[in-house]
Amino acid sequence: MTVPLPLLGSQRGLSALSNAIRMALLRLKMSDLTDEALARQAADGVREAFEELLERHYDRIFRIAVRLLGNRADAEDVTQDVCIGLAKKISGWRGESRFTTWLYRVVVNATHDAMRQDSTRQRYERDAAGSSWRARVVDAGRAGDAKWLHEVLGKLSRKQRETVILVLAEGLTHAEAAQVLGVREGTVSWRLHAARKRLRRLAEAERRLGDE
Amino acid sequence: MSDELKRLANALHETTPSPSPEARRNAIAAAVENFDRQHQGIQDGERHTGQKAGPSRSWPWRLHMPIPPRVYLPVAAVAAVAVVVTVGFVGRDPVRPGPRVAYFQEPVETADSFHFEIGVQPAAKELPAETPPSPLAPAASEPASSQFGVQPAAEVLRTEPPPPPPAPSSPTDLSRLVGSQSAPLASTRSAESVYRGQQFISDADAAALGPAKLSRRPHIWEPGQADVRERGRDRFIDFEESPLKVAAEDPVSTFSIDVDTASYSFVRASLNRGALPPNDAVRVEEFINYFPYDYSPPVDRDEPFATHVSVTPTPWNELTRVLHIGIKGYVLDRDAAPRANLVFLIDTSGSMDHPDKLPLLVNSFKQLISSLSDEDSVAIVTYAGSAGTVLPPTSASERAKILASLERLRAGGSTAGAEGLRQAYLLAEESRIEDGVNRVILATDGDFNVGFADWNALEGFVERKRESGVFLSVLGFGTGNLNDALMQQLAQNGNGNAAYIDSLSEARKVLVEEATSMLFPIAKDVKIQVEFNPAAISEYRLIGYEIRTLAREDFANDKVDAGDVGAGHTVTALYEVTPKGSGAERIAPPRYQSQARGAASEFGDELAYLKIRYKLPESDTSQLITHPVTATDALGSLDEASDDVRFATAVAAFGQLLRGGRYTGDFSYEDVISLANGAKGTDVFGYRSEFVGLVRLADSTSAISLTTVPATAGR
Repeated sequence: MTVPLPLLGSQRGLSALSNAIRMALLRLKMSDLTDEALARQAADGVREAFEELLERHYDRIFRIAVRLLGNRADAEDVTQDVCIGLAKKISGWRGESRFTTWLYRVVVNATHDAMRQDSTRQRYERDAAGSSWRARVVDAGRAGDAKWLHEVLGKLSRKQRETVILVLAEGLTHAEAAQVLGVREGTVSWRLHAARKRLRRLAEAERRLGDE
Repeated sequence: MSDELKRLANALHETTPSPSPEARRNAIAAAVENFDRQHQGIQDGERHTGQKAGPSRSWPWRLHMPIPPRVYLPVAAVAAVAVVVTVGFVGRDPVRPGPRVAYFQEPVETADSFHFEIGVQPAAKELPAETPPSPLAPAASEPASSQFGVQPAAEVLRTEPPPPPPAPSSPTDLSRLVGSQSAPLASTRSAESVYRGQQFISDADAAALGPAKLSRRPHIWEPGQADVRERGRDRFIDFEESPLKVAAEDPVSTFSIDVDTASYSFVRASLNRGALPPNDAVRVEEFINYFPYDYSPPVDRDEPFATHVSVTPTPWNELTRVLHIGIKGYVLDRDAAPRANLVFLIDTSGSMDHPDKLPLLVNSFKQLISSLSDEDSVAIVTYAGSAGTVLPPTSASERAKILASLERLRAGGSTAGAEGLRQAYLLAEESRIEDGVNRVILATDGDFNVGFADWNALEGFVERKRESGVFLSVLGFGTGNLNDALMQQLAQNGNGNAAYIDSLSEARKVLVEEATSMLFPIAKDVKIQVEFNPAAISEYRLIGYEIRTLAREDFANDKVDAGDVGAGHTVTALYEVTPKGSGAERIAPPRYQSQARGAASEFGDELAYLKIRYKLPESDTSQLITHPVTATDALGSLDEASDDVRFATAVAAFGQLLRGGRYTGDFSYEDVISLANGAKGTDVFGYRSEFVGLVRLADSTSAISLTTVPATAGR
């Protein structure tokens, strides 16, 4: 056969094909890569890797932020700030821990900054004390649980809340949570214990109210 | 696990909050934009990653990044998939020829593409529209992913030559060298997020989020508003436009001169981002005074101003006239300029850590230093968490030393502005040069949040220091936290000027081309008073200068502070006046007063009387210049007027349009463009051409806001 395929008929055509393949490879591969591999590429300035990381983890960042801050608006702000900040921070990622561990730490720290603005914290505490603002945190339909959860989280101390969320909601081990929070493992266990005691007291108070 | 914790865990799992899609999209878009900025800020040079710019960064044909082995193994299989995908994609769009379908050429129907049209960035058109149907499409159309050889592939796939790189057409190109946000991809990203913000935030959401919430998102249009007004956390002095006055009742108009230009560059930066500025960011007089005008200067330093007046027809109202007052300051020979003792007070708080801020600032000051003479002296004070002297007063001949200090500046910490200001004034007073120029140049992106109890204390401090002969200039950088109001107040109280620097070329304009104007005042407390002759003028309106108006009696009161004029400065003020009997009066005459009141027939051909009061820099008593405006200054048509007059009129019209066009009738941006285009003159530095581009941008930006409003309102 002497007539070449049009696409393969020239050097140019060949490289077009090989590049088309390469591109496809890249796209397919991006979703295959581990967080750590993506983070490494993002640190190297690969935009697709960075975008993929955000797509993967936005929900996680938001979820933690909502629960730590207690309201959607602040959580969306913090999440956006975290995302924007990651664009820069990612270049400092050294792969010393799992990406998610590192990310959790970034998010928790970001919520600290937000909490420092008194209004956010006071709002959480006021809500916990029973004001009318509620449940925008969660999807409709589970309002009962949501209300209870919001109140409970609001009544925990900040440190207890962080620990509870990382361990109970995010499923981190005590060791991982300790790494995120920069405390010893024993401290995590202790905080959970303290949170449990607090919850028990709350439950008792609830029961007493119910009896009356 | 205890019951309590179990219940908590269950509740946590069952009530997982899900983010709103629009917030998600916006956040990711903003983050990717920032990512692009991080990595494209320095074009073709080293990146911010801190890693070596080794061969792995040269994009062609190299897959340098670690790929897990399992991807390499089934190469043949994946390659087959890739081809199938490509073909499938081609087949899906039969209208377009062959390989070009990977591109969405000219997707004119979407708001995105419209933004691209006005984005002035050629690369923008090459981005795909939303939801590419193939996994190939994003890779094929993202020029940023050059590392993977994607870009060359895309070029080959196209049947046309690749788009040229963005032409270095506007001054903002220079700013890209220091990483401003005008890198092409960053700007298209922001265009996208603008679109998305408008599209997806429902009114209900907006109400739930509250205004503060919305304002924190970059580049988002506020829904339900008639205009795209970006305010963010930038603060401006609120003001109303100067009202129309009846000459018979209130014939005297008094204002302080103003040579600031910050408003124009701020608005330019805003429009370049695709957002109309908030009304209060538009100060028409700063627009007008941004441009150099070729008025002939006075010959003698004893009378520091030359005055030029003309009266022309108003382009936006055929019945009224525009009184144009142009003042040119004495031009100082650079060699004869007094010695300068400058203290740079540089904000190095954490928020300055942005390519538009500290790096731009450092480069700007480098330019200024290059224009100093060896006898001048420079000191540097920084303020962040604490204030510190970085460089004690140093002769400008030791340039290397000064530059090295500038290079070492790093951002971090909060803003102890007050302490910094104290130190800077202290240094300026220590190395004070008699008969020289002693000036603190404050460069900041925001406000002073640590130190003085309130603004008044801060202003009072600056004002007291003014008495000691040390003047203050304020340079603003960046957006998002800019406290324009405070900058203005400080500069006005400190006998200085305020400029907003958004690019290196702006820095060149302010710090090099106009360095003599900025550094060497020829007159201070310059006030203008115009008295209109009610026999000739029935109504008048000062265009701009709203925040500079003075009480009539303050004109001759030397205790009342006003603006300063530097060597070679031009100041331009425009009045729209209604000739008596023209029928264009907007205010009906009073019923119970005689029409003839105040008519001064002996000044028959005088339209108005112009008075300028000023003090020489070292003097405390003012002097007076007067200049009658007579019928001989009136021109029959605008075409007879000089380029400068016509251009200033176009700029005034533009500023008024941006503020809502209360008095400009149906005069349009198009009309501004044609008026300005015919009045460019020599335009050595291209400022006037840039202005025309800016008007176009405003035109398209406001067109978008007008066309999208019904969709929002109908929801």
